[in-house]
Amino acid sequence: MTDPTSPGHDPIALHRALDRLWAGKPGWGRLAAVNHNVVGVRFMLTALVFFAIGGILAMLIRTQLASANSVFMDAETYGQVFTMHGTIMMFLFAIPFFEGMAIYLLPKLLGTRDLAFPRLGAYGYWCYLFGGMILIGALIGGVAPSGGWFMYTPLSSSVYSPGINSDVWLLGITFVEISALSAAVEIIVTIVKIRAAGMSLDRMPIFAWYMLVVATMMLVGFPPLILGSILLEVERAFDLPFFDPTRGGDPLLWQHLFWLFGHPEVYIIFLPAAGAISTILPVLSGTPLAGYRVIVAAIVSMAFLSFGLWVHHMYTGGIPHVALSFFSAASALVAVPTAVQIFAWLATMAHGRPRFSIPMLHIFGFFFVFVIGGLTGVMLAMVPFDWQAHDTHFVVAHLHYVLVGGFIFPMLAMAYYWLPHLTGKQPVQHLSNAAFWMIFIGFNVTFFFMHLTGLLGMPRRVFEYPTEFGWETLNFISSMGSFIMAMGFALVALDFILLFKFGRPFRRNPWKAGTLEWAMPTPPPSYNFASIPRVNKRADLLDPDTLGPYLASGRGYLGMPRNDRMEVLGVDPVTGEPDQVVMLPRQTYLPLWTAIATGAFFLMMLFKLYWATPLALISIIACFWLWTRRDPLPVENDLVPIGHGLSVPVHLHASTPPSYLAMVLTLVADATLYISLLFGCLFLWVSAPNWPPAGFVVDVKLLALAVGGVIMSCVGGRLAARPNGAVMVGSALALLGHLISTGLFLAIALLVLPAPSGHAAIASVFVIFIYAALHGTIGAVFAAHALWTSLGNRKAILSLDLRIGRLWHDYTAAAGICAAAFYLALQSLIGEGGL
Amino acid sequence: MLWGSVVLFTLVVGLFAATLFHPRFGRGLSQSGWIVWGGLVLPLPVLTALTFYAFSQGEFLLNGGSDKTEDVLEVRAVGSMWQWQFSYPSLPGSRTATDLLHIPAGRTIEIIAESEDVIHSFWVPRLGGKIDAVPGHANRLRIHADQPGRYGGVCSEYCGTGHAGMRFEVRAHTADDFEKAIIGELAR
Repeated sequence: MTDPTSPGHDPIALHRALDRLWAGKPGWGRLAAVNHNVVGVRFMLTALVFFAIGGILAMLIRTQLASANSVFMDAETYGQVFTMHGTIMMFLFAIPFFEGMAIYLLPKLLGTRDLAFPRLGAYGYWCYLFGGMILIGALIGGVAPSGGWFMYTPLSSSVYSPGINSDVWLLGITFVEISALSAAVEIIVTIVKIRAAGMSLDRMPIFAWYMLVVATMMLVGFPPLILGSILLEVERAFDLPFFDPTRGGDPLLWQHLFWLFGHPEVYIIFLPAAGAISTILPVLSGTPLAGYRVIVAAIVSMAFLSFGLWVHHMYTGGIPHVALSFFSAASALVAVPTAVQIFAWLATMAHGRPRFSIPMLHIFGFFFVFVIGGLTGVMLAMVPFDWQAHDTHFVVAHLHYVLVGGFIFPMLAMAYYWLPHLTGKQPVQHLSNAAFWMIFIGFNVTFFFMHLTGLLGMPRRVFEYPTEFGWETLNFISSMGSFIMAMGFALVALDFILLFKFGRPFRRNPWKAGTLEWAMPTPPPSYNFASIPRVNKRADLLDPDTLGPYLASGRGYLGMPRNDRMEVLGVDPVTGEPDQVVMLPRQTYLPLWTAIATGAFFLMMLFKLYWATPLALISIIACFWLWTRRDPLPVENDLVPIGHGLSVPVHLHASTPPSYLAMVLTLVADATLYISLLFGCLFLWVSAPNWPPAGFVVDVKLLALAVGGVIMSCVGGRLAARPNGAVMVGSALALLGHLISTGLFLAIALLVLPAPSGHAAIASVFVIFIYAALHGTIGAVFAAHALWTSLGNRKAILSLDLRIGRLWHDYTAAAGICAAAFYLALQSLIGEGGL
Repeated sequence: MLWGSVVLFTLVVGLFAATLFHPRFGRGLSQSGWIVWGGLVLPLPVLTALTFYAFSQGEFLLNGGSDKTEDVLEVRAVGSMWQWQFSYPSLPGSRTATDLLHIPAGRTIEIIAESEDVIHSFWVPRLGGKIDAVPGHANRLRIHADQPGRYGGVCSEYCGTGHAGMRFEVRAHTADDFEKAIIGELAR
């Protein structure tokens, strides 16, 4: 083994050695890329294509509304156009774009070589691309969803939208959301575990704090939407009446699930942009960020508050008015952490020497537009005002001020700031000013006047309006503004192309920043850092100019590749001291194959080939099984040197390896979905008409047996995972337990229960039991994998796998017990309901 | 609310411009001073006052924008794709009207909004707030017309291709005319 501790290698030789390992392959090999540089840029470029498509749809909308009684589009086409505009901008542009930005930037800001799970990132990208293509295909084929981007049922139900349109939305978006959840897990684990040495929590660059909060919000924000989509799709496909009031369902359940996701979503989109500003603005002001700790507190409180606001989208839905008061106050309160951030930025500027530059111009655009959006937001939080403005063009204007102000302008600032990093070239800047002013003026002309249109009573989503209502002039002005804005975006695109073509090369660090991403060559090499730095102060106050050459010559940690392994440091989450070496996987086509199998499942669902779905599910499981194959190289059980006299274990033997954390986080998301499901079903009992249902009975003995099965697998999993535990016996016990419980839950759901289409109560129990059975099936796969591996006698690798398996077995046991308890609770409620 | 917003907006954008163009501006106030004054002291009283004002205003509107709460006339408004049926459960002999709602001026009206198919929303911009008509629910909203006259109403929740054309009219009458109107004896 080469000693990585010897200081001062030749940078060129070191670069060759590392690049051979980390760089992608040419030609078809590009499809195997897992490197965060590649995946991040792919996310961003794909998102920009979707942004262009969404923008063209917006132009169609403005053309239609420019005059009264327009005959440009009919109502159905217009419905598809505005629905897809919102859907594309929210799900296919905003979220994937900042995901790509985080994937590209985070390892660089954190001083490491890649994200914790490169293959997961690549898998997420393919899911995003394929899911987006399903939606765009439907748009081209004229069968795009048409019920509005929040898909309110019953309009989106099979009765009122019999075509494939709504299925495209529900399945396509759920497919895309796989990438959001996988990105969330990947980002959290990376920030918590994969950093430079010595980068304690309070030394992390502020952007990492923002992304940690955002990813956590995604982890618990997306499951309610995914659950809602599953339930609505199940209602459309199999007639399970979750939202049908004649059979004990309730359309309001969809609204709660959608907005429980939908409101945090706004902050999920805003916070990465705010994180970019908190990173860029101090650099452009030549001073450290003011109030680092206060900002961290503000964004954490914002995250909590944002989950308590969703009902403010439903003020007119007949919500009890005590609840309205609570949600109104909470909605107003969320303005406080926003104000804290805005004044922290102003304080930074006041105490620095702000330089006027193109990114600064876009930050000005952000301040101007976002503050207006925030103020109209406070107005809308007030219930009496909302009763007037709700579902009018005032709301449309407000949300565009918030999203364009809070996302597009910061992203443009970010693009102008970091494009030199990505391309290694500095902008030409002939067009940048003109492009900004066209977007800025065009935007304000479009949307400022739209506030007035809304106050004059124009509802949103109307494809025509009569002349006599007096809305025509304002609408015409808005349309003109939108065309100016579109030309501005075209200029930005041209500006970027000019930068790629004619940009001037530069030495290191053009903005004089103090963050680690500039301590590397630009454009960045595939491995980012030739050696990993030690950080001994806050990671935005460093000196990249001296740090860069130092790291390039391999004088940091892990400064020499050994045994053809791609290594990064794993650190203690709080102190940032190295506690393991994480070996990352090589390029592989597996993420692509897995995404294709996943896509096959969604297409089969879409085209109602339900009989074929088990095939797709089996191939997905088979693909993931292949993910667990490891490098055949022997894995040392002892400590390995990382340089500077330190030695740490390989992650497979560490106490908290990244994959263990990832499983914990996956279960958090899973549990959020399950809790939403349980509470959603209880909500139906409280809110929906036609309750209680006629009685139905499940033999309690069967249930007890199923619970016995999950407890058995839990015990088996724990036996196997103990140090020197009975691996084979424990795993066999776990497998058997899962098979018993899965079989029983399935049998009860399919054979014992009355038809679930009869009443939402039966459908609830049905879905909850299927959920338990699904977890048992996956648990059985885990147990079978452990059994198979232990037969192959690969003990060294096994203990981590067994600990991860144990987490799943424990969770499945809890889920199974909750499923049985839910049935019993429902029975007693039905009993008290007067049967 | 509008003027308050204008003041706050001018303040923030003005501060931004001032810090950018006057290098010495704002140095006198410490960084934590900026955050405490701007991030907490400024918004908290404004938001508190606004929220409580909105609560009281909301209670007023819940009563239909009128202090007379005892004399309330109930109207059943049933939305379907794409029209409204209005009827008076408490007035025997009254007719059900489509897309035309007769109300007495000066009296508080309680709309009971229901739906036969998808979600619609009842809204007469000049008479009060809006309320969704959700299948399976009967949501209530109070409105009030001070003067006899004609008021336009729209559906404000997207309900399919006919949404844009789902308009209706409210006619507020004097008490005498109202009695005639609901049994169909008032000349148009």
